[in-house]
Amino acid sequence: MTGLRADLPLLWRQIRSQNRTFWRTPVAAFFTLALPVFFLVLFSVLFGSAEVAEGYRFSQFFAPAMAVFAAGSATFTSLSIGTALARDQGILKRVRGTPLPPWIYMSGRIGSAVWIAVVSVVVMFSVAWALFGFVMLWDNLGVALLMFVLGMATFSALGLSVCAVVKNADSVPAVANAFFLPMAFISGIFIPLDDAPGWLLVLGDVFPLKHFAEPFGDSFNPFHTGQVLGWENLAIMSAWLVLGLIITIRFFSWDPKGSG
Amino acid sequence: MASAIRVKNLVKTYGEVTALGGVSFAVDEGEVLALLGPNGAGKTTAVEILEGYRQADSGEIDVLGFRPTAGGRAFRDRIGIVLQETGIELVLTVREVIELYGVSYSRRRPADELISLVGLEEKADARIKTLSGGQRRRLDLALGLVGDPDLVFLDEPTTGFDPAARRKSWELVEGLTALGKTILLTTHYLDEAQHLADRIVVLNEGRIVAEGTPQSLGSAQAVTTVRFRMADPAGLPALGDGPDIEDNLVTYRVTQPTADLYSLTRWAVERGVELADLEVTRPSLEDIYLDIMDQADNERRQE
Repeated sequence: MTGLRADLPLLWRQIRSQNRTFWRTPVAAFFTLALPVFFLVLFSVLFGSAEVAEGYRFSQFFAPAMAVFAAGSATFTSLSIGTALARDQGILKRVRGTPLPPWIYMSGRIGSAVWIAVVSVVVMFSVAWALFGFVMLWDNLGVALLMFVLGMATFSALGLSVCAVVKNADSVPAVANAFFLPMAFISGIFIPLDDAPGWLLVLGDVFPLKHFAEPFGDSFNPFHTGQVLGWENLAIMSAWLVLGLIITIRFFSWDPKGSG
Repeated sequence: MASAIRVKNLVKTYGEVTALGGVSFAVDEGEVLALLGPNGAGKTTAVEILEGYRQADSGEIDVLGFRPTAGGRAFRDRIGIVLQETGIELVLTVREVIELYGVSYSRRRPADELISLVGLEEKADARIKTLSGGQRRRLDLALGLVGDPDLVFLDEPTTGFDPAARRKSWELVEGLTALGKTILLTTHYLDEAQHLADRIVVLNEGRIVAEGTPQSLGSAQAVTTVRFRMADPAGLPALGDGPDIEDNLVTYRVTQPTADLYSLTRWAVERGVELADLEVTRPSLEDIYLDIMDQADNERRQE
């Protein structure tokens, strides 16, 4: 068996198996999927029954932000924690001893994480539509999809780069959350940045999440005028993607820490 | 017969520590070789180099015609690895992981066949987290065999097992040799090496200190102990390094037990003396092993 075409069934198999593992691990499913949906419900109940403007309710702006949050945690946080855990348990080492090409194993993990991200985005929009008056807007769906694809690539690469730098699985959840949660706040995921001081806006601009969240959210914002997507969004996310890939390729180890 | 594994002057150091200081050995096709030694002897380092997990500092390495670290997929397709304490997807079932890991081999064995080979039929559809330690090890073995490998690495296959579970594992490994697999086994149990291996290489502190078949290893060091009681031990013949007399207990340590016993009993019969509580004991394997280790230590001290 040689060639990419012969390897595609292997990849499919890996994605399915990773996915099965995910759904059978309630704690992972909870934090990745249920928690963002819970935030959506909570915030929408707190702020959302009244119209914000002209027939649109709070969830019109909040659901896309929570979708980005969920997709980002499915890749960045869950992927890094899951991979680090598998490495600590020696699963990566076991895989390395089989003929399965390492890139197929990793792509299986990434593919599964992206699939979970897709599920969580669909769930988010469905709940917002069914309960909180979210209106699906189709005009900029292409931009939203593009940002989703780029966002998934970037946060997968960054998630794995956390694993590459932090060798100890116990520390990975702390490190991943210490990056992701503050990044979510300075990227306007939970609270709009309208009244934020200038330095905070600049800080948010440096990191990739804001450049994922803003064009994605604006795609579903009926009041947005002008271009939804800016070149700087693509450029900054791509830069983080490349950085994540370089760190991962350079430093990732398949060996559990402390194996002598 | 062709060699499945050939290593020459294998050296591996970690900083100041020499894990392997120039180790050479070969394993023939179809042979079971045991690397025997205490913890920290360099067994796992040697095996992980042969498996392609680690790079040796220097030395010639040939495993099934491959250089392991460069062998990639084609190499891994032909070996089976059973590591110590390797993790596994605990939420998947026995059958699921066997199918999952089997899928990347070109010559895979059916899951059901492997499950019955290692005796996990009752647990086939149980999640792995419900398996006992012994059952988990048997699953490890099944996963090592899923690609129908030519060469199987078993790293301390029964460490931490109770005696019954060890017996069972030994039977499994014996079954493999019947299939003509080449096996490289590491163990720190002498009886395990004795029981399973065609040949034993004894490692201590990164060097080979003894090598041979289980029988020859035993006999090379073998000293038979002859012991009896005698009220008046005066005039006993000198045999081996004896007699060693303590109160009325006489001990000989002899290397040619047949001839020496004959001399001793003839001496007794001629004089009409009874050798009370006569006892002839072969050294235990443990004694031989400890002897080899002691010798290795002494030789190193003299260097």
